[in-house]
Amino acid sequence: MLQEAVDKRAAGNRAAKELAGAGTARQKPSEFASTALLHLVLIIGAIIMVVPFLWMVVTSLETTAQAFSIPPSFIPNPFVWANYPNSFNALPFNLAYLNSAIVAVTVTVFQLITCSMAAYAFARIKFPGREIIFFAFLATMMIPFQLTIIPIFLTMKQIGLLDTLLSLILPPALFSAFGVFLLRQFILGLPIELEEAAIVDGANRWTIYWRIILPLLRAPLAALGIFTFIGLWNDFFRPLIMLNTPTNFTVPLMLNQFRGQYATEWTLVMAGSVIAVLPLLIVYILAQRHIIRGIAMTGLKA
Amino acid sequence: MGTVQAVEAAQAVATKGKQRNRRNRDALWGYGFLLPQLIGLLVFSLIPLVSVFYLSMVTWDGLGPITFVGLGNFIDQLQNSDLHIALLNTLFFTLITVPGGLIFALLVALALNNVRGKTVYRVLYFMPFITGSVAVGVIWSLLLNGDFGLLNSLLKAWFHAKGVGWLTDARFVIPSIATVAIWQGLGFNMIIFLAGLQGIPVSYSEAARIDGANKFQLFWRVTLPMLTPTIFFTAVISILNSFQVFDLAFILTGGGPGKDSYTIVYHIYHLGFENATFGAASAAAVILFVILLVITAVQFRLQKRWVNYDV
Repeated sequence: MLQEAVDKRAAGNRAAKELAGAGTARQKPSEFASTALLHLVLIIGAIIMVVPFLWMVVTSLETTAQAFSIPPSFIPNPFVWANYPNSFNALPFNLAYLNSAIVAVTVTVFQLITCSMAAYAFARIKFPGREIIFFAFLATMMIPFQLTIIPIFLTMKQIGLLDTLLSLILPPALFSAFGVFLLRQFILGLPIELEEAAIVDGANRWTIYWRIILPLLRAPLAALGIFTFIGLWNDFFRPLIMLNTPTNFTVPLMLNQFRGQYATEWTLVMAGSVIAVLPLLIVYILAQRHIIRGIAMTGLKA
Repeated sequence: MGTVQAVEAAQAVATKGKQRNRRNRDALWGYGFLLPQLIGLLVFSLIPLVSVFYLSMVTWDGLGPITFVGLGNFIDQLQNSDLHIALLNTLFFTLITVPGGLIFALLVALALNNVRGKTVYRVLYFMPFITGSVAVGVIWSLLLNGDFGLLNSLLKAWFHAKGVGWLTDARFVIPSIATVAIWQGLGFNMIIFLAGLQGIPVSYSEAARIDGANKFQLFWRVTLPMLTPTIFFTAVISILNSFQVFDLAFILTGGGPGKDSYTIVYHIYHLGFENATFGAASAAAVILFVILLVITAVQFRLQKRWVNYDV
């Protein structure tokens, strides 16, 4: 609901600005100067944001000697494409992709389903203890994960799930207070008439959830899904402590291993970084509007 | 009782019965829908929470016998010089990262809010956040490398300066890591600020302009006060995140040189997962938890003084 209010206000603002600007077709010189200044600041900032990535790519295609030349060279000469197959084959990056994908996809799907179910129960079903249990969910959002990760690690150790992907999948798949909170907020904002009509028509709770609520949750589900997926893919701490066989590593862990083993061969390490970063970057560039909107939505709701 | 009253009484009982049935059915449905997350809450949050408090009062290496030591771990940790160093480092890091990060994010958001071409800029500014801490750390560990890094090469080539040990000199290591953290998080905070800015009604700034306000007054008296809820939110999140910094320290410096970039979460990691002293690690984690609680509570207390919820 907050998002809708903000959207309406933003739309109103845009309309107001258009009305205000309709009379002034030409910008005053001072306004032009200030706009140019803003662009200059933004461009400098954008360069600072992007140069490290460009440097990563440039270095990954150079010879070691050229990579460390002073003044630094910005164009590889020659292009050492061999750095890539060499890096990709040096460590099982393909397995790392697979592991990361398994963890991220499984958890995201499970979380979306279980969180929306719980959110529906909290928002629309009266059951004893509802307020207390929801308060418990809220309270746990204050707990830093470093506190609970130690017993979870020891438990995984005891039941023999250490060094398996399940140790990374189970905790987040079954528990996300943030997801429950976010979706509950959305469901509370949905008009109740649809569900009431369905109840009159004899639908049971599951049908209402599956056929009515879920389709209406498309936007927040997408937002939560994106947020969760990216967080899981890039997670370093949990895989670091749960996994120790390289064939089970996720992408961040594999990259860390790679730079540990090839520490001095910076051109290879950079190639490895590109390999690690590329899939997510491609997805990001293709879907950036949704990704950024999703993250903004989760931020606003929280 | 007359017939009508008897029928009404019977109907009342029947209705109550139906209501009780519906309530029971609702309870079943409610718990049914809740079950997976409820299991998760118990198994992966509440029980571990209780366990870690218990663990903080024992000595255990995960394999051998468990020895109860009461508050011994806490006394040890609070007197432990490693913990002190870690706390100071983390505090220093937070003091640079949070104000720096928020100010830059706000400046960029303000600029972005008033120009065209938002999409392109947004994509570029958000890129570092997407790529993840390990890649960010690896890239910057090359950029900041004392011998081969781009920064030092540029300093040597353009300014004929000697290179600086950005990650190897005790004076520069935490500011360097803080800069990388600001670089990585800028896009995220910028997005939140942009959303906040777009939520400010234009009518307010129109009214101010009609009253003759210039750009500075507009910002200081209208925009900024209306942004205080957003600033509060990002400040709380940023401080919590900064206190939990680990990935960047681990990748960029391994806590070094010496212990100059050793952070509190690194300390917990070291105690638990490098030394396998889970009791000490748990105690340190509890100490971190208490610190975070206090900081957040103080922030929420103070918000009444400076956060504007008139909107």
